[in-house]
Amino acid sequence: MFGLRKSDSVLLLIVIALTVFAPFILNPFPENSVMAQFNAGYPDLMQRLVIFGIFAIGFNILFGLTGYLSFGHAAFLGVGSYAGVWMIKLLTLNVIPAIVVSVIVAGAFSLLVGWISLRRSGIYFSILTLAFAQMSYALAYSVLTPITGGETGLQPKVADPRILDAALEEGVTPRANLFGMFMNDSYEMVVGGWIFTFNVGYYIAAICMVFAFYLSIRIFRSPFGLMLRAVKSNQQRLNYTGIESKPYTLAAFVISGMYAGLAGGLLVAMDTQAGAERMFWTASGEVVLMTILGGAGTLIGPVLGAGFIKYFENIVSKINANILETWFSFMPDGISDLFVGLIYPFIGKGWHLTLGILFMLVVIFLPGGLVQGGQKIAGMFKNKKDGSDSATSSASAAPAE
Amino acid sequence: MGILEVQNVNKSFGGLKALTNVNLNVEEGMIHAIIGPNGAGKSTLLNCFVGRLIPDTGAVTFDGQSLLGKKPHEINQTGVSRVFQTPEIFSDLTVLENVMIPCFAKRDGSYSLNAIKAVGNEKDILEKAEQMLVDVNMADKRDMVASSMSRGDKRRLEMAMCLSQDPKLLLLDEPTAGMARADTNNTIDLLAEIQEKRHITMVVIEHDMHVVFSLAQKISVLAQGTVIVEDLPEKIKGHPKVQEAYLGGAH
Repeated sequence: MFGLRKSDSVLLLIVIALTVFAPFILNPFPENSVMAQFNAGYPDLMQRLVIFGIFAIGFNILFGLTGYLSFGHAAFLGVGSYAGVWMIKLLTLNVIPAIVVSVIVAGAFSLLVGWISLRRSGIYFSILTLAFAQMSYALAYSVLTPITGGETGLQPKVADPRILDAALEEGVTPRANLFGMFMNDSYEMVVGGWIFTFNVGYYIAAICMVFAFYLSIRIFRSPFGLMLRAVKSNQQRLNYTGIESKPYTLAAFVISGMYAGLAGGLLVAMDTQAGAERMFWTASGEVVLMTILGGAGTLIGPVLGAGFIKYFENIVSKINANILETWFSFMPDGISDLFVGLIYPFIGKGWHLTLGILFMLVVIFLPGGLVQGGQKIAGMFKNKKDGSDSATSSASAAPAE
Repeated sequence: MGILEVQNVNKSFGGLKALTNVNLNVEEGMIHAIIGPNGAGKSTLLNCFVGRLIPDTGAVTFDGQSLLGKKPHEINQTGVSRVFQTPEIFSDLTVLENVMIPCFAKRDGSYSLNAIKAVGNEKDILEKAEQMLVDVNMADKRDMVASSMSRGDKRRLEMAMCLSQDPKLLLLDEPTAGMARADTNNTIDLLAEIQEKRHITMVVIEHDMHVVFSLAQKISVLAQGTVIVEDLPEKIKGHPKVQEAYLGGAH
């Protein structure tokens, strides 16, 4: 299907199904139940899940295939965001120019950064990209304030030119739209105790993610993708085979920069603002964590990693001491206080501690990330099946890769 | 005029003189062996041919073009392929993919950045790579990950990768080191067959005299960074200078 081999088509269909039905899948608990705080089916979070999915898919094209660990990819997301907001301010509140220009500007910036950083490899490459990102961050905060809005960030104002739009009425706040459909418009479906939210912005971001995912499958399976894996495997041999690796790594760098730009443009489309903190080094580190946590070099891994981190970031950081107390209220006073005291450092603002521990566990026990975990579980089921009818299944279970 | 000419090449590392006025003339279509005791400078010389090292002085000319100052990939594009002492292969990729990559490499250095077409649809490349695997008797290992193979198989794979580029000159750095006797004999047969069918010029560095005297049509003996004898194999065997170099004659 779509020029993909069978196993990849299945993977793509699974991703499409997951994104389409996400409002149901992420809202498994009734609205008024105790478990409702574990629901993730609200627009803001769902948008972030798919947008950071795009960011991680793009990062994986560089890191997963070529092994070049960029530590400054948030810069491209940030630059894309600023470009997007400017399109909204100057041209129109329609999100299409914002998204397209974000991708182009981020691509151009990554061409410059990549061209310089790729003169080195390994840790030096990582440091160069980190330096570029931190420079961008510092510049956005200081001398570039007229362009970036500095500390207050950049957002559309009523007085912006918006040369393609009709003037807004007095007192109306500018809202991003796609041909009249506002990004923050939602349709709510009430079924029994459940409320499912279908948000315009989410579905636009989801379409972009499915397309981005499809493109990454094509890149993985192409001769270009093969060359990138060859770069990771043995750059020396590639050179002695008459192939200069730089054009390939630079192309991968720019492609992943454009993915970051797309993510930045979509973030702007959803909340029409951009700030320098998007380019801070922790933001670059986050996408590295997402990719490794999910499984670097695998197709679905980065999407899983992005979903995992963004979900737990939102859910765990929302839990506060009061909620903890209600959980343990069935216990005698002293013991419940003890449990609350023990768990408290891991929730709310302490969520990074939880993330750090989860990340360590994954890296130590599942070096291949969540994808490897999934494969292990699938392998266990397969073995059980093999026990009952080994002759038939082993013959048919040709490795799909 | 030889296809590969080395004139007065000198190379030192700090105070150590690795090569002193090395002259070498490799004739087209021949298998030329370079032998010599450990530390004689054989690998250093080979490194000067492929751009890994740059000689301090002297000239290296291949097919009428100077190789000095060229980068490894540019030298390869002139038609020089090299098999390394420790196999340099794409260990994470499958055997077939390993051979496909050199098949993609264009002589003129043009880049194929096709990111949309599936590898499986590159019919000519696939056919060429599969034929190459048949030629080196590795068709059954096609889908194995390269790192999981034995050392001998890795070396054979590396040879297949080099051959699939149709090189004009093939440099082999100890192609049978660490191989079992049977594998060594297979490699000798393979190289002899390649030379007979494709007339590829080869430069072989080898310690195994059985291999050297089975294959070489001309032999250069390198000792302490300089060529002491260059002659036909039958004349090398009893040459007094050679025996002195190997057995450590009196000084």
